[in-house]
Amino acid sequence: MSITVAVDVRSVSKIFGAGTGQEVTALDDVSVSIAQNEFFTLLGPSGCGKTTLLRLIAGFEHATHGSILLEGAEISALPPFQRPVNTVFQNYALFPHMSVSQNIGFGLEMQGRTKDEVADTVGAMLSLVKMENLKDRQIDQISGGQQQRVALARALAPRPKVLLLDEPLSALDLKLRKEMQVELKRLQHETGITFIFVTHDQEEALTMSDRVAVMNEGRILQVGAPHEIYNRPNDRFVADFIGDTNFISAEIIERDGNEIRMRLPSGIEIMIPAPPDLPQSGEITLAIRPEQARIASDGDAASIQGSLTDEIYIGTDTQYYIDIGTTSPFVVRVQNANGETQRIPTGTSVGISVDAKTIQILRD
Amino acid sequence: MSTEHISNNESFESLEVQAYQREVRRNLLLSTPALIVLFCAASGPLLIMLVFSFLTAGDYGGIKWQFSTEAWFQVAFYRDIFDETVSIANAHVSIFWRSIKLSFLTTLVAFVLGFPTAYFIATRPPETRSLWLFLVTIPFWTNLLIRTFAILEIIRNQGLVNTVLITLGVIDQPLDMLYTDIAILLGMTYVYIPLMILPIYASMERLDFRLVEAAYDLYATRWRVLARVILPLVKPGVVAGSILVFIPSLGAYVTPRILGGGKHLMIGNLIELQFGQGRNWPLGAALSLTLLVIVMGALMVYVRSAQKEGSGHGH
Repeated sequence: MSITVAVDVRSVSKIFGAGTGQEVTALDDVSVSIAQNEFFTLLGPSGCGKTTLLRLIAGFEHATHGSILLEGAEISALPPFQRPVNTVFQNYALFPHMSVSQNIGFGLEMQGRTKDEVADTVGAMLSLVKMENLKDRQIDQISGGQQQRVALARALAPRPKVLLLDEPLSALDLKLRKEMQVELKRLQHETGITFIFVTHDQEEALTMSDRVAVMNEGRILQVGAPHEIYNRPNDRFVADFIGDTNFISAEIIERDGNEIRMRLPSGIEIMIPAPPDLPQSGEITLAIRPEQARIASDGDAASIQGSLTDEIYIGTDTQYYIDIGTTSPFVVRVQNANGETQRIPTGTSVGISVDAKTIQILRD
Repeated sequence: MSTEHISNNESFESLEVQAYQREVRRNLLLSTPALIVLFCAASGPLLIMLVFSFLTAGDYGGIKWQFSTEAWFQVAFYRDIFDETVSIANAHVSIFWRSIKLSFLTTLVAFVLGFPTAYFIATRPPETRSLWLFLVTIPFWTNLLIRTFAILEIIRNQGLVNTVLITLGVIDQPLDMLYTDIAILLGMTYVYIPLMILPIYASMERLDFRLVEAAYDLYATRWRVLARVILPLVKPGVVAGSILVFIPSLGAYVTPRILGGGKHLMIGNLIELQFGQGRNWPLGAALSLTLLVIVMGALMVYVRSAQKEGSGHGH
């Protein structure tokens, strides 16, 4: 392992209002290592602790327990202005009484760089974020997307070891957001700085990140590359939060070598590959992605039977809602490959076929 | 088709203009009573003062309807009663100087003490802020005279401070605090500090504290965050507070009268003296107008510099 660790978060807990009798645990014994030059994303719903973790790394909050290391050195006790870490704030927090250039140069000036150095770096940053012709504008004279770029340039200018981004794209409209996603990837690539990105948008997390940490209720549930998180969720919350998932409870009947035989609520028995540490009996949950299931054609041996209740056209795909006797309907998503949708009248009984390899077993 | 469009637009426009004019008229009508009161209360006395300052002093106070510029002459110069030699009115100059100096110091001390207080209040949780503001305004509930006498009780030679210090053995002679410039400064700061705190708080409350975090994140130490981000952004409040403290300080009457003991006069006391024992109403009027001119001059200098700075911002 030649990858060096940029940020090492070791068993960090953060309890707000400690000692007041109204303790709120924002982070509960979180440990994670973020490699150098990595685009790392903290993903989770609001209130999951992702922003708190970011603020702990930035130094705006202090951990109740645990330690945070930056390139091997303990930084927990340092104030924000002594940490070589900069933040892009959710609402940019640009200084309204300064011009674009003055905003970008602020950090450099505070570091005590010479006037020439500041001017050079500001110039380089302006061209990096393509804002050269707006350098003398006041902040209220530029658009939201431009403010975003200035905020990025301001945080990158002092060449921090780690750049923290707190939902920086959430205030932009969809088209601009897509553009900035590509832009952020480019900036990270060009600068070689470790990015820690916080978002609640799973799509954003999957498209941009090298690795994603999914958080909920103050804990990290799973860390992995986007495809691992998506295809091999190890937790019901992760499977549910990222993408759409059908959950089916099943009863284990017996193990047969590498496979396990289980009974679905409908009474049908299926065999799927299972990890060896799975219990020999009891209830488990299966997770099946809508796009990995198919409406069975006549020849297929359908695993699950049900009746079609709804058909929804969503442009690229069509979603079929099938009642299989569970509380929520089973969803099958079919790509509209040749511009034609497969029209099935509602009420028709259909079979669902799923490749056993794509079924995830969740232990909850 | 197109002509119809144009005429439509025109009629819309004139409707809009009419609506706007109606609104202006209505607002003007609503503010008329206040404007009348303000106009009469401000311009009436001023006019009387202006007329009086160009008349001759009556023998037992009051005025004689006889044009004279003597009062204006006396503001700055002193004519010896016996040999009629003219010299600068040192007493007046030193009183004006003391007034300006003490008002400036009051403003400064009020700022130095008021700014952190405003910061403290603005950084409290919203539900406790109103309590703190309420506490700041409590002194206004008591008459100024009573509060000033209370300060007198505290700082006089046999007062609270000296008694405690002597009892503790810190000093063996009482400190002479009463009837000094320091006593006046203390009293005026106490009286006017809420007028500094409240406007600064109003600006500070609107301050986006994420900007403070951003500066802090960008390697600015606490002092530099204060100097480069907080102060520039709450400047309107600081300016308003300074004006609100400086101007009434300049015309203060009660505080220097009681805590200065009549030995350390300020402009307000000097003016009062002319209308009372001095029996020189025209001089009193001329002094009042001089004070007015000083205040207006100071304000104009400030407005000019603010405009210059504003245009320098590249707007």
